[in-house]
Amino acid sequence: MTVTASASETRPPVQRWLAVWAIALAAVLLVFLLQDSIPWAVNYPAGAIIPVADWVGALMVWIKSNLSWLTRSITAVLGVPLDFALNLLAKNFRIGHGAEAFTLPRLSWVGVCAVAFLAGHAAGGRKLSLLVGGCFVYIALFGQWTSAMLTLALISIAVPFCIVTGLFAGIWAWRKPWAERLIVSPALDLMQTIPTFAYLIPMLLLFGNSPVSAMIATAIFATPPMVRATMLGLSRVPLEIGEFSDMAGCTARQKLWRVLLPSARPALMVGVNQVIMLALNMVIIASMIGAGGLGYDVLLALRALKVGEAMEAGLAIVALAIALDRLSQAIAHKQAKGHVHQAVSPSLWRRYPTLTLAIAILAATTLLGLFVPAFASVPKAITFTTAPLWKAAVNWVTVNFFDFIEAFRVALILNVLNPLRAFCEGFPWLGAVFLLGLAGYQLSGLRLAALVAVLTAFCAITGLWEKTMATVYLCGISAFIACLIGIPIGLMAARSDRFEKIVTPIIDTLQVLPSFCFIIPVVMLFRVGDVTAMIATIAFAVVPAIRYTNHGIRQVPPALIEAGKVSGCTPRQTFFRVQLPLALPEIMLGVNQTILMALAMVIICAMVGTRDLGQEVFIALSKADPGRGIVAGLAIAFIGIVADRLFGAWTAKARARLG
Amino acid sequence: MTEVTDPGSGAAGVPVDARPVKLACRNVWKLFGANAANFIRERDGRASMADVAAAGLVGAVRAVDLEIRQGEIFIIMGLSGSGKSTLVRCMSRLVEPSHGKVEFEGKDLLKISDAALIELRRHRMGMVFQNFALLPHLNVLDNIAFPLSIQGQDRATREARAREVIDLVGLRGREHFYPRELSGGQQQRVGIARSLATKPEIWFLDEPFSALDPLIRREMQDELMRLQTMLHKTIVFITHDFDEAIRLADRIAIMKDGAVIQIGSPEELVVNPATDYVAEFTRDVDRAKVISARSLMRACDGAEHGGTVTPEAKIASFSAGIVSAGKPFAVVNDTGKPIGEVTPQAVIDLLAGIERAGAGA
Repeated sequence: MTVTASASETRPPVQRWLAVWAIALAAVLLVFLLQDSIPWAVNYPAGAIIPVADWVGALMVWIKSNLSWLTRSITAVLGVPLDFALNLLAKNFRIGHGAEAFTLPRLSWVGVCAVAFLAGHAAGGRKLSLLVGGCFVYIALFGQWTSAMLTLALISIAVPFCIVTGLFAGIWAWRKPWAERLIVSPALDLMQTIPTFAYLIPMLLLFGNSPVSAMIATAIFATPPMVRATMLGLSRVPLEIGEFSDMAGCTARQKLWRVLLPSARPALMVGVNQVIMLALNMVIIASMIGAGGLGYDVLLALRALKVGEAMEAGLAIVALAIALDRLSQAIAHKQAKGHVHQAVSPSLWRRYPTLTLAIAILAATTLLGLFVPAFASVPKAITFTTAPLWKAAVNWVTVNFFDFIEAFRVALILNVLNPLRAFCEGFPWLGAVFLLGLAGYQLSGLRLAALVAVLTAFCAITGLWEKTMATVYLCGISAFIACLIGIPIGLMAARSDRFEKIVTPIIDTLQVLPSFCFIIPVVMLFRVGDVTAMIATIAFAVVPAIRYTNHGIRQVPPALIEAGKVSGCTPRQTFFRVQLPLALPEIMLGVNQTILMALAMVIICAMVGTRDLGQEVFIALSKADPGRGIVAGLAIAFIGIVADRLFGAWTAKARARLG
Repeated sequence: MTEVTDPGSGAAGVPVDARPVKLACRNVWKLFGANAANFIRERDGRASMADVAAAGLVGAVRAVDLEIRQGEIFIIMGLSGSGKSTLVRCMSRLVEPSHGKVEFEGKDLLKISDAALIELRRHRMGMVFQNFALLPHLNVLDNIAFPLSIQGQDRATREARAREVIDLVGLRGREHFYPRELSGGQQQRVGIARSLATKPEIWFLDEPFSALDPLIRREMQDELMRLQTMLHKTIVFITHDFDEAIRLADRIAIMKDGAVIQIGSPEELVVNPATDYVAEFTRDVDRAKVISARSLMRACDGAEHGGTVTPEAKIASFSAGIVSAGKPFAVVNDTGKPIGEVTPQAVIDLLAGIERAGAGA
């Protein structure tokens, strides 16, 4: 600690670190060159692999066979609201059995679209009304209605569940600092870094291939932002408001529910928005374990390489995502701005006109649907499909640009990807443990060094070293290129308001799209393989690099820029000598986020045939092998945690230096 | 307006010194740091600033002794970091003191149960905050009715009471506005109304006007004086503004580094500052508005008088008259008997800021 503390202040220690790193790198190189005589230091010996996967597998089997009463009752309890939502939105209610069964119709699509318009209008005026309503009409007209409503039904049950769980977990963590430090924070970190695929395996094992298991996986995945938003919101309530509630004589319960939580409402609404978006993302992925809906359509189409159908379903997901995001954001925004007084009126109808109108429309159109089939389901005559169009477009591109695209693809593989992959996969595991540990020590001290080294070693001793490094390679190059593209765009956006106005809606939209959607257009052009994975990952991960760079430069206090100008800096000097150094911690944070997002995406790209940890999870999923899947999932999470902690320590150090 | 005066505090006519003590601090300490409570208990409630610093503690409130009497405006004055906010929070037990006693009508506040504390705060204490601390999700009416609502009063009762205090602070017509739609001054009126809704006996005001513009601040000070003439609450008022303190106070306690260095009426502080630090505060004060005839009078030496004043009359109230008359004024007590005289020269010296031996008490 003393070494690191002084390193930032005086010259000689910095040079000492340079020497230390030179020696360390030389040692690793030596290990690599001597790999014939000490092979165990390069490739982890197969005999010493600890069969963690088998243990986990056995544990899961034990849980399954001994706790089946629990899983069955959870399925039964959760199944009730879920079935109700599915029937209400997508499937129709079927009451009774056999011949005398009659069906209560689902909500009419006309009604749901009308409600979408109304909700948009209530939350954000005419523009939002057109956007949200338009998205729903689009879904209906392009023949994706039933699938989209299945997805929406799952979300509408999963989201309240996440919100309530997240709220209580957040309150608990806020009340008990020890719980926050020892349980909640580590759990949240792990929940958010374990790849989405890895959630599916134990769910599949415990709850079977059903919407319920998809919903539970979704709930686990989408809860963390609500927990964080609750903790953040509660801790940011002004101290005086808490004191006021004490002085008014509130009991602890009154203080929490009637003062603190309502005051934290804007922050909570941000959490709700994130929960909705994550739930949508996960519901799409969970189609692999029986969620059905739009994700399932994409999955089927991708497996059959029907790019047109995949694209159609993908665009419906995009429409749904944009509608849900803009709507919940508008509501959150309204909350943050605060209330406006209005005349009080006694009747419910007058007080909540939109809500009453929405219910009336839904009831009326659904009733009409009993008599007019066009209201019950979208008539075939007015839907149209774009699948042939997409297919033709892809055909045209492949026919006309095949040579060009193929040349690009092959050149990339031969000259960049393959050498890098070989380098990474051949990297001695002992060397990596040592170097990462050293970095941890330099940046923060012994504790970080130990954490980083242990997590890295885990990947080796479970026999996943080569696959881990394959993941690191793909993730690394994608994140690198994403930063290479994103940071300059962010810098430009920071220097020009006009450019920022163009960029902001694009990255906002990119950010809400479920990760699945990025694969579809790329796979159409580049087919399966590492190039596709890389390009999809770059597109997915570029957003934080742009956003944080832009924000970092823009948040430099104007007084400092003025001080620079007054001391005679040219605009160039102001930028490089004042703005950039001050924005660096924020930019580093963006790079950190880019790496984590790239990691999440690389795993999903297993669907297009990568050969890394994601593939390991994917295979485990199809074989329902929980041990293998969970261990590979943990290895992925550990890569993320190592990268996050090292970058976090670095950023913290840079921040501390800037004061 | 049903509530013109508070029946519990009909002490308006009685001089401050003769009224019962409402709230008292007895050797109250608040230290921050590891084992702060043990540190001061082991020393029996006595420690110097050096001791505290040596133990690695921060002394936010040190050995404070004071008595606040019924119906007075007691001002705690100090610069930021002097511990005044912590002290007022010790008095209301928002902050748990490390040592000492806080007596509310003779009962030690630190020994009562949580339930009793909640009861006390619900019915007998009120507090106004620097940044208003209004609940953003409630409108004016609901904000003001909130303390009543958590006591379980029904809607009709609490809204009737809320409307009374809304009238009292002049916010009629704004009942259904939300806090963010109001100006700072209006927001603080809501804060004041809310704290008065429960008819508290003791009223804590923590820098209530510091977040307001100077003009609004003055207006609100006048408003507070108006309310006090009707309600006669026992007020503990925190401020860092000495002019504000002088305008409002019956008595002022000046704090520095967590300790109270002098308690007295504005006049006492101006005439007899205990330390250079207090003198520094009082230097720019308009003395004629603070000092009364009693402080400036001398024994009558038989000269002809140009008029009469009461001992409590501030010099500013008769300075023009005495200078233009050019003759001493007699200072007379309640029965009209002269007890001394004020000379024009003494008044001129005071206005000109000339200190002369023999002038002043």
